[in-house]
Amino acid sequence: MIDRTTENVMPGATRARRSLYLQYLVEPFLYLSPAIILIGAVMMVPLIIGVSYSFQAIDLLRPFDSGWVGLENYAELWGDRKFWLALENTAFWTFWSITFQFLLGLGLAMLLNTQFYGKKLFQALVFLPWAVPTFLSALTWAWLFNPVIGPLPHWLAALGLLSEPYNILGDPALAMWGPITANIWFGVPFFAITLLAALQSIPGELFEAAEVDGATPWQTFTKITLPFLAPMIAITVMLRTIWIANFADLIFVMTGGGPANSTQILSTYIFTTAFRKLDFGYASTIAVALLLILLIYAVILLWLRKKLVKI
Amino acid sequence: MARIELRNVAKRYGAVEVLRNIDLDIEDGEFIVLVGPSGCGKSTLLRMIAGLEPITNGDFLIDGERMNDLRPRDRDIAMVFQSYALYPHMDVARNMGFSMEIRKDPASDRKTKVAQAAETLGLSKLTDRLPKALSGGQRQRVAMGRAIIRDPRAFLFDEPLSNLDAALRVEMRLEIARLHQQLAATMIYVTHDQVEALTLADRIVVLNGGDIQQVGSPLELYERPANKFVAQFIGSPTMNVMPVQGSATKVTAQDGTTIALPDQPQAAQAIELGIRPEHIDVVDAGTGDLAAVAEVVEHLGSDTNIYVKVDGVGPLMVRKHGNIPVKSGDRLGLRFQTQNAHLFRQDGTALR
Amino acid sequence: MSAIRRRHPALTAGKYAALAFYLLFALFPLYWLLKIAITPDALIFSEGTRLFPSDVTFTNFSTVIFQTDFLAYFGNSLIVSLGTAFLTTMFAAGAGYAFSRFVFKGKRIIIAVMLITQMFPLLMIIAPIYKIVADLGLLNSLTSLIIVYTAFNIPFATFLMQSFFDGIPKDLEDAAMMDGCTRFQALRKVVFPLTLPGLGATLGFVFTAAWSELLFALMLISKNDAMTFPVGLLTFVSKFSVDWGQMMAAGVLALVPSCLFFIFIQRYLVQGLTSGAVKG
Repeated sequence: MIDRTTENVMPGATRARRSLYLQYLVEPFLYLSPAIILIGAVMMVPLIIGVSYSFQAIDLLRPFDSGWVGLENYAELWGDRKFWLALENTAFWTFWSITFQFLLGLGLAMLLNTQFYGKKLFQALVFLPWAVPTFLSALTWAWLFNPVIGPLPHWLAALGLLSEPYNILGDPALAMWGPITANIWFGVPFFAITLLAALQSIPGELFEAAEVDGATPWQTFTKITLPFLAPMIAITVMLRTIWIANFADLIFVMTGGGPANSTQILSTYIFTTAFRKLDFGYASTIAVALLLILLIYAVILLWLRKKLVKI
Repeated sequence: MARIELRNVAKRYGAVEVLRNIDLDIEDGEFIVLVGPSGCGKSTLLRMIAGLEPITNGDFLIDGERMNDLRPRDRDIAMVFQSYALYPHMDVARNMGFSMEIRKDPASDRKTKVAQAAETLGLSKLTDRLPKALSGGQRQRVAMGRAIIRDPRAFLFDEPLSNLDAALRVEMRLEIARLHQQLAATMIYVTHDQVEALTLADRIVVLNGGDIQQVGSPLELYERPANKFVAQFIGSPTMNVMPVQGSATKVTAQDGTTIALPDQPQAAQAIELGIRPEHIDVVDAGTGDLAAVAEVVEHLGSDTNIYVKVDGVGPLMVRKHGNIPVKSGDRLGLRFQTQNAHLFRQDGTALR
Repeated sequence: MSAIRRRHPALTAGKYAALAFYLLFALFPLYWLLKIAITPDALIFSEGTRLFPSDVTFTNFSTVIFQTDFLAYFGNSLIVSLGTAFLTTMFAAGAGYAFSRFVFKGKRIIIAVMLITQMFPLLMIIAPIYKIVADLGLLNSLTSLIIVYTAFNIPFATFLMQSFFDGIPKDLEDAAMMDGCTRFQALRKVVFPLTLPGLGATLGFVFTAAWSELLFALMLISKNDAMTFPVGLLTFVSKFSVDWGQMMAAGVLALVPSCLFFIFIQRYLVQGLTSGAVKG
């Protein structure tokens, strides 16, 4: 930001006229330029380069075997069994994460919207998981699922859910539930906070009016609370779905996509392809595919929302 | 002290024209009130004078000097905001002395001037308080103190009283009137409240839809409104307006009654007749210009408001001084004080 | 609150049961982290799954702090997170102010681009960014991390700052300008003092985000002496996967700065999350 106090304008001078008009035109961009330049250089330009990579062979392990290959990467993607498996896993991971996060978040928000002793402290403590760095959440839950030092396998076995206390992260049939649990733990506060904000914006008179009209608590919930929350729920769920579908940290740390790719989702597949295999061309191809899928999802949702809002 | 001139001033936001062809001369020491319904552009005009909005077209001069391209700080104008805009993190004294602080005036000067202004406004005991510890009226005074202290060429007021309750509003209105007498400074005051306009102004500027409708003293606007808009905007209760057929020196109401207008030689062009509630007399049923039925009667003690219905003409309101023994349902005769009637042409402009 | 008083006792009991459930669910993993960290090595295997350790030790912490590279990782992370937080907050304050106060051509497009950057998978650009950073010779440098993180966090921080600026009446600046300030003076003397809490909250959010970022750091940093805490801890975990006590002690240490910032920004969580809407 630049201090313009030194610029002295004289009444009637043409310089003054130009400078004032220029000022109105240029001023916002003085404040904006650092942000624009950084976003352009670090996000938009690499985004375009990334798309161009998907049409090239760029493999750091085979530096002499690079160049434009047209749609070859996409053809390979179409026939890649791992890609389709990852797509399926992405849907599974996203759906169950968002469902539990939402339901538990809604419950927490409703609780926090009532009065009880020690509410402030309670709120601070239950929101704490949000502040835990994701890699640490991942490690913590990985350890909790480890039968050597973690109690969870033993509890699950005692409940009869597991035949014996073993690590579910090593079981292809169950491994995905590990990262999903961690994700729920980490994501409930987010939903609770947004829904709580929405809940608190419902005028209290409405509940009083409903009570006067003889509504039961359940009726109040379904006829007043939910309709009021609906727009907020729709937008939060939509944005959160995209965010979770992209969210690779937990899975990467907890299972690395294994065992046998049973927890590989698209974003971890991108990362491992780029990071482990250094095959940038193919990683970018998967990324473009993921972007397209998310775009289609967003368009469908926006269209649905438009349809529903009319009613 | 300043003479302010606006020459053909206009304001556009993109394609939307908010103000056009504003021509106005404001004499040194004059109290001008800009009045009009919300969205008429009065606040925009004030902010253009202040320098907070660029002027799209035309010239704005103070004492003959073109000010269009000067920043607010270089115009030497003070402004009192509707929200008071007191700096929440500064105490009363610093709020009032902020302009001197910015100009880097010596601290001792600042102190004496702040003390002086606080004394004038009755704020002496509050100078070390933060704005949030003040009542609405006190905040208003601080905002005025902040303007006074600068001894500016002109004062601008943007609906300064609209956030106060009714009793305080009257008190502060008097305060502003007193201030104007004391300082004899040029003041421009924006309001949508016609009572403020009528009581404070030397001249009133009525704005509507981005145009000046009429400029004149309060009495001029009341007695000789230039058009139907001004006629209905100024004066309380609102002027009655009824459609008529004009011919020579009389008009015919829609029920067929004719009303003679001996001092209106152009009555032929009239399509509407306006008459203020206080200019209708109540007479015995069967006499007067129109036959009416009283629908609602309000006894205010000092005045009586009678809402009447005239068949074929519509509802009218009559206000009489004192207590008139009329009940709802009574049949009455109405006689217009025709010397105070107004006639309007097709385009809304007043005849005469 | 008459509604609450009239509630059925079973409902009240259910409510407190729910409260207890949420509290346990939120805190148990963290408790466990701490528990293993303070359990003596000799006891970890014999009572690894007991709720309370029978003996307590802090040697794990001292080992981690004094005999490994964790202090260096910690320092690197601190530099990166603080650098990112300060740069981001500064730039985002400027951009947020422009969005809040000016009407100008291109505003909608810039806002749209910023929103889109919040939607697309950041991993999409991990390969190009690696190439660019490598070509610039900036691999293994904390500067490159700070620049990348700053860019990533600017959109969210901008919307957050905008919401704080929106909460400050425009009249105040107008009044300051009438009182003789330039716009920049008005910003400095009137607006900034009022938005200090907002600046603090933004700093906190960005710090927390930068502190936990793993994947880009993993990609761009491979030398031990430039590793940030997440990268260092992960390398440590894969190298010494049996030193449970030390790993968890390191985890507890990683938690400390985040928790400090969390306490600080707790008040602004609602505003932050709703204005950012997509950032977790």
